[in-house]
Amino acid sequence: MSTHTLRSKRRRSALRTAAFMSPWLIGFTVFFAYPLISTVYFSFMKYDGFNTPVWNGLGNWSYVFGDYPMFWPSLRNTLWLVVIMVACRVVFGLGIGMLITRIRTGTGIFRTLFYLPYLAPPVAATLAFVFLLNPGTGPVNTILGDLGLPTPGWFNDPAWSKPALTLLAVWGIGDLMVIFMAALLDVPKEQYEAAELDGASAWQRFRFVTLPNISPIVMFAVVTGVISAMQYYAQPLVAGKVASGIIGGSGQQFEPGYPDKSTLTLPQLVYNLGFQRFDYGAACVVALVLFVLAMAFTALLMRRRGGLIGAGD
Amino acid sequence: MTSVLDRPGAAPESARDRTPAARTARRRALLHWIGVHSLGVAAALFFVLPFVFLFLTSVMSDQQALTRDLTPDTWEWGNYTKVFDTPGFLTWWKNTLLYAGLGTVLSVLSSIPVAYALAKFRFRGRQLSLMLVISMMMLPPQVIIIPMYLFWAKQLDLSGTLWPLIIPMAFGDAFSIFLLRQFLLTIPNEYLDAAKVDGCGEFRTLIRVVLPMARPGIAAVALFQFFYAWNDYFGPQIYASENPAAWTLSYGLESFKGAHHTDWNLTMAATVLVMAPVILVFFFAQKAFVEGVTLTGVKG
Repeated sequence: MSTHTLRSKRRRSALRTAAFMSPWLIGFTVFFAYPLISTVYFSFMKYDGFNTPVWNGLGNWSYVFGDYPMFWPSLRNTLWLVVIMVACRVVFGLGIGMLITRIRTGTGIFRTLFYLPYLAPPVAATLAFVFLLNPGTGPVNTILGDLGLPTPGWFNDPAWSKPALTLLAVWGIGDLMVIFMAALLDVPKEQYEAAELDGASAWQRFRFVTLPNISPIVMFAVVTGVISAMQYYAQPLVAGKVASGIIGGSGQQFEPGYPDKSTLTLPQLVYNLGFQRFDYGAACVVALVLFVLAMAFTALLMRRRGGLIGAGD
Repeated sequence: MTSVLDRPGAAPESARDRTPAARTARRRALLHWIGVHSLGVAAALFFVLPFVFLFLTSVMSDQQALTRDLTPDTWEWGNYTKVFDTPGFLTWWKNTLLYAGLGTVLSVLSSIPVAYALAKFRFRGRQLSLMLVISMMMLPPQVIIIPMYLFWAKQLDLSGTLWPLIIPMAFGDAFSIFLLRQFLLTIPNEYLDAAKVDGCGEFRTLIRVVLPMARPGIAAVALFQFFYAWNDYFGPQIYASENPAAWTLSYGLESFKGAHHTDWNLTMAATVLVMAPVILVFFFAQKAFVEGVTLTGVKG
């Protein structure tokens, strides 16, 4: 009798788990597993959405890596963003985090002001920055010009479009500020006192007390930064569209990357191939490249000690 | 909140502090205060000035918005009425509220039981499920967009609407699940055990005991979800672009610029109107939001 109740108890608990998990189980199957397998399938097919898909072997793959003129520029841009934009965000975010922990008067107001730009909807913020950095009449170049400083072409100059995007990304640093602030406040106070007694300079206190204590958070910021740099989509696309003046309704179709492919990122290629050129097969190839990169960095994030998942119980 | 970095120099002065050494220390503390707060003001300008210029341009006259002027000569508040009178603008608002509102409710409701199971049940495959949730959370939406688009557009004939974006929210949103689970982990098991001793099943425990305690976590998740939908550009671009009646603010804003090619003042007024609700919501729910951001990075 006892084995019987035990088994039925176990079955009931499995059923209960399945019931609680069911929304996600359906979601996982329909909105993750199925489309992912389907993406792999279409990456080997010639398909335009109208005619029946036909087997294309590695044709899409060789097209994307060999002949599609946007693929390598977009990877180069992503590398630039990963190295420079992410570094700027982390360094600046840490700096602002340290600053806010030292501000004694009006802390709440400063914190809110520093945090606010992070909330600005990306399309709105991008539009605002294209205006602010408008080479001819924008406020930034107006002020730079009045000060006798050079006035770059920002979103209209291939050499300056990524720095302009970096400025936009650094403006929205609020998320990192909050995370770093929490980490900095967790550093044991005694360690600072001990360092001070030993006559450590401000730099030494930062280097030997602050940094070792917050290094997991710095790592977290870097890896999540890299992941979002690879996914960078709305800002570069909208910036290119608005700066070039080619926006829906004007009769022309906007080819992402303005100016001169300098703002291309991988997700924009999926859009360009799939929804502008109707080459679903090639779009799926780029999608898979994006998938592999995103998952590789996610794995890195999960592997770090005391990782994203946590102890569980 | 700021206690950790309180330095000895900042301590309130007492009679004992009147020695020359104490005076130097006090002067250094004052200089430190001035230095830190000047830097703070400089940083604040960097963060705030874009909003200020944005706003000032939004109330300029059509002619002045094309010049290098930084401040308006006349305050044209009528620009805001003009924006509201733009055909479609109110529809974008309605659509955005539908997407953000309904999407948030659905994803929170469907994510709670999953997060609870992942946080508090012990079952085989739990770790694997959690890893898959994180993978879904990290998945760029473009990776699966081709089959998803074919599914919604060709099989269900729902392109030109926002339903392809709203319906999936009823099946657990990975980010919400993950964040809620992190939060539920912080609720001690003793509370759940006590409820069970009192004869509550898992479902009643969840409703009666866990949910009231998880309110801050749920608030944070709901806010994130709302902001996500409010800000989403890619989703509406793929599914709604063909039908202006289904556009959202984020998507419509861009076309607004296209239609008002040279009217930076109107475009900036529209931009202010898209930013304002998010910022207003933030002011009312600041604590929940900041807590949520911290939760994503630090806890666990």
